[in-house]
Amino acid sequence: MNLRDTAESIALPVLALAGGLLLFGAFIWADGHDPVQAWALLFRGAFGDAFSLQNSLQRAAPLMLTALCVALPARAGLTIIGGEGALVLGGLACAALPLALPLPGGAIGTAMLLAAAAIAGAAWIALAGWLRQWRGVNETISSLLLGYIAIALFKHIVEGALRDPASLNKPSTPPLAEALRIGTIGGTDVHWGLVFGVVACLMAAFWLGVTTHGFATRVVGGNPRAAQLVGLPATRLIVVACALGGAAAGVAGGIEVAAVHTAANASLIVGLGYTGILVSFVARHHPLAIIPVAILFGGFLAAGSLLQRRMGLPDASVQVLMGFCFVVILASEAARGRLRELFVLRKPPAGAVPAAATA
Amino acid sequence: MDPKHTALMTQRRQLLAAGALGGAALALPGALRSAWAQAPITVGVIYVGPRDDFGYNQAHAEAAAQLKKVAGVKVVEEENVPETQAVQKTMQGMISQDGATLLFPTSFGYFDPHLLAVAAKNEKVRFSHCGGLWTQGKHPANTGSFFGYIDEAQYLNGVVAGHMSKSKKLGFVAAKPIPQVLRNINAFTLGARSVDPKITTNVIFTGDWAMPVKEAEATNAMADQGIDVFTMHVDGPKVVVETAARRGRMVCGYHASQAKLAPNAYLTGAEWNWLTAYTLIVDAARTGKPHPNFVRGGLKEGFVKSSPYGAMVGEAARKNAEDVRKKMMAGSFDIFVGELKDNTGKVVIPKGKVLKQTDLELESMNYLVEGVIGKA
Amino acid sequence: MDSPVFDVLLAVLGGAIRVGTPFLFVSLGECLTEKAGRINLGLEGVLVFSAMAGFAGSYLSGQWWLGVLLAGASGALIALLHGLVCSLPRVNDIAAGIAIMLFGAGLAFYLGKPLIQPQAEQIPSLPIGAWLGADPAGSVAQALNINALFPAGVVIAALMAWGLKNTGWGLKVRMVGDSADAARALGSSVNGVRVAATTAGGAIAGLGGASLSLYFPGSWNEALSSGQGLIAVALVIFARWHPVRCLWAALLFGGAGALGPALQSVGVTGYYYLFNAVPYVLTLAILVWTCSPRQALQGAPSELGVTH
Repeated sequence: MNLRDTAESIALPVLALAGGLLLFGAFIWADGHDPVQAWALLFRGAFGDAFSLQNSLQRAAPLMLTALCVALPARAGLTIIGGEGALVLGGLACAALPLALPLPGGAIGTAMLLAAAAIAGAAWIALAGWLRQWRGVNETISSLLLGYIAIALFKHIVEGALRDPASLNKPSTPPLAEALRIGTIGGTDVHWGLVFGVVACLMAAFWLGVTTHGFATRVVGGNPRAAQLVGLPATRLIVVACALGGAAAGVAGGIEVAAVHTAANASLIVGLGYTGILVSFVARHHPLAIIPVAILFGGFLAAGSLLQRRMGLPDASVQVLMGFCFVVILASEAARGRLRELFVLRKPPAGAVPAAATA
Repeated sequence: MDPKHTALMTQRRQLLAAGALGGAALALPGALRSAWAQAPITVGVIYVGPRDDFGYNQAHAEAAAQLKKVAGVKVVEEENVPETQAVQKTMQGMISQDGATLLFPTSFGYFDPHLLAVAAKNEKVRFSHCGGLWTQGKHPANTGSFFGYIDEAQYLNGVVAGHMSKSKKLGFVAAKPIPQVLRNINAFTLGARSVDPKITTNVIFTGDWAMPVKEAEATNAMADQGIDVFTMHVDGPKVVVETAARRGRMVCGYHASQAKLAPNAYLTGAEWNWLTAYTLIVDAARTGKPHPNFVRGGLKEGFVKSSPYGAMVGEAARKNAEDVRKKMMAGSFDIFVGELKDNTGKVVIPKGKVLKQTDLELESMNYLVEGVIGKA
Repeated sequence: MDSPVFDVLLAVLGGAIRVGTPFLFVSLGECLTEKAGRINLGLEGVLVFSAMAGFAGSYLSGQWWLGVLLAGASGALIALLHGLVCSLPRVNDIAAGIAIMLFGAGLAFYLGKPLIQPQAEQIPSLPIGAWLGADPAGSVAQALNINALFPAGVVIAALMAWGLKNTGWGLKVRMVGDSADAARALGSSVNGVRVAATTAGGAIAGLGGASLSLYFPGSWNEALSSGQGLIAVALVIFARWHPVRCLWAALLFGGAGALGPALQSVGVTGYYYLFNAVPYVLTLAILVWTCSPRQALQGAPSELGVTH
């Protein structure tokens, strides 16, 4: 990728984002609110002070992982939207493991919890990938259905077999021991889950960009016919990509349990998986881009509170904003390549090859 | 905090006194009260769902709206806040950004760990949680919980339903089998069976607090079974009320008054009167009194109330219900009295034992009484 | 007759129609869209938004049919947006669908805040049971009280099936869906037909939204749809893109959805989460059983890209 392509890759989404913000402003202006105040609050609520910044980072942490659940299978050519299911099963596994095995305290115990969460999530999404390869079932539909089934299983188990009788009016599994929980980073309000998210994205980028296995996966995703000709084991690569994505979502669930809720209960089911879909698509399924996009969306979600309290806007405003941004960013894909035209045309027309040929 | 405060809290009888004091405070002439409570205060209220759901959240919002009218009280609200980190951030935001010094997180799931985490970091701020089980020694003194014994009003619902039902079959649409819900189902059934011991209550659990399609389906399924009076414990009773009315059945409301929605089918309802609790807690904050940690009250203390009777409610039903209400107001009526069997035949309250409303054993109820068709 | 088995069957039948009506409309709308080669996951957003719009229309005007019209129109509008965004080059259908889903739902929740409390004029019931001679107050008649929109849905399904097979317009849609190149060679504008099909599909799906907010459950609130629009996409695949089979699929799904509450009402309690999951398990099982990687899904429009 040359410099212009990279510049365009960054400029386009940024411009599109600005467009989305503009449309949002116009929308609330039509509804009788002040758009400038809204934009100011959005900025302030997302990045304005230490509290807001931590708020945004905190909300971004699980989004990075659930976005990977969409991004990794996408690079293998699949569209998986069942991350929510992998997340809840991961959370359940994390909460259930101490009930089945005695665990050492500290980092090792926590690592085992997250490993269990990863395995649960991986198995679930790998199932969707495998169903596609074995029976040709569309993975978007199957991962969605599996997601609903996972949520039903989760509720059944948490409120039934694994229910902690002391958890009275909020049915939960028994809480994790103090020693197993994930704490906050230093003196901040942000838990270590953020680091997990960033590291996972970096590792995913490394895997996809540098390793042979990752490269092979990208070939399967980008050009299935070529992959077939070359003899790549498509099924294995696809299932592995799904498993890795599912593991990420599972870990997100495990972290929510170990760092935030300390037990598995219905508060886990809040749409983190679905927001992750959004983040991944906006980041065009590039793990490195997922980090800033997740922080941006975390920022929007954080700022939503201020919009409600200061301007009396309904809580759905943030969803409308994200909707506008998403639609504009998608539409902006059509302009890809045209920006390049703009740059090339700026050069003196010394009989150069017409830019249209590259579009 | 204050040793006198600790002594107060260990005496259960004095808990009710605290509630009664709050009630008495309301009875003070307005001028005296406002001279008393001069310090301006910013109060934060957090809802888990939409404010106008004709149900749980609306009951709180109505009280908050009343609070806003009090001079010197500023109220900031946020709705649809999920029970995750998000509510911690919302609470912290209300404290740091809006200067709130008293917070009312109104959903049960906010208490542990979210409210506790934020309370630990903000010792000067008072937190009053709706429904939680604040325990002396376990929870910090700047936190507290308040709740109402709405099962008393559900008992009265049951009495009226018992009179009005022709098929002797009642229906209860519930979200989840948690103690607060089970207590309501049981009170409703006991009230109805006090009129006719042959009455049964079918209960259907939808699985979650807001599932309109499932709630409508549950109501229809039970109506098909011949059930003719309904009540519910879900966040937004509108769907059940309207569906029951459309099927020509009768309905008793819950959380807030849904009489407007079905004037020809609404018998009566069990409503919250959160303003009583809110005023008590806000006044304590403004006048520098210790934060009330464990606030409970029923019909007598004005924490809950019944909706006015619908026009179709007969004389016998009204008289019976009013008789019981009088006894409840005098403190001489107990709902959960031994010998009480659950619907599997097991004895859950032995003969001779009486559970008072304030008995903590009731807050961990896990059974359905005889006469309820369903499994807890 | 008071046997529990009969009661459950009756409840499932009644539920099949009650709960199945929105599924019917959304799957018909999606069927049309997919026949033209485009997949529209945004129908979830369309469903929610048109439910809100339909409710608003009926509430503000006092006439249920105005609400229904508004629902159809707003469904068409949102779907049009989807169609236009997808016509741009390099835009992934599925991503656009998810964007529209989010956008439509967000818009609906935002604009619908003042509609949570009020009541609106409902779509009338057709007392089919009473017409057939059953006792009007009895449970059989009640189960067969049908949403006035349901027969409209059946008619649309039949018309769509006939139209796709026998009219020139239907041929165009199918061609665009099966082979864009052939369609272009014959002078049709591929994008134009697809956008038109998507918009029409959205209008039909919008009627499903009206059914939710103006009949069953008959009220507007933010938890009204729990993925019904997305499930309808699955139903289309399992109905093999045939409009009349969409009708059966919707009824099957609706009945499965009514199973949970029906069983509880006769005293089979416990496991209600699992019973509530029956529709999803059923759909997945049928998909697994009937799909095969070797042959292309019979009836799948080739341009759709759901098979590989």
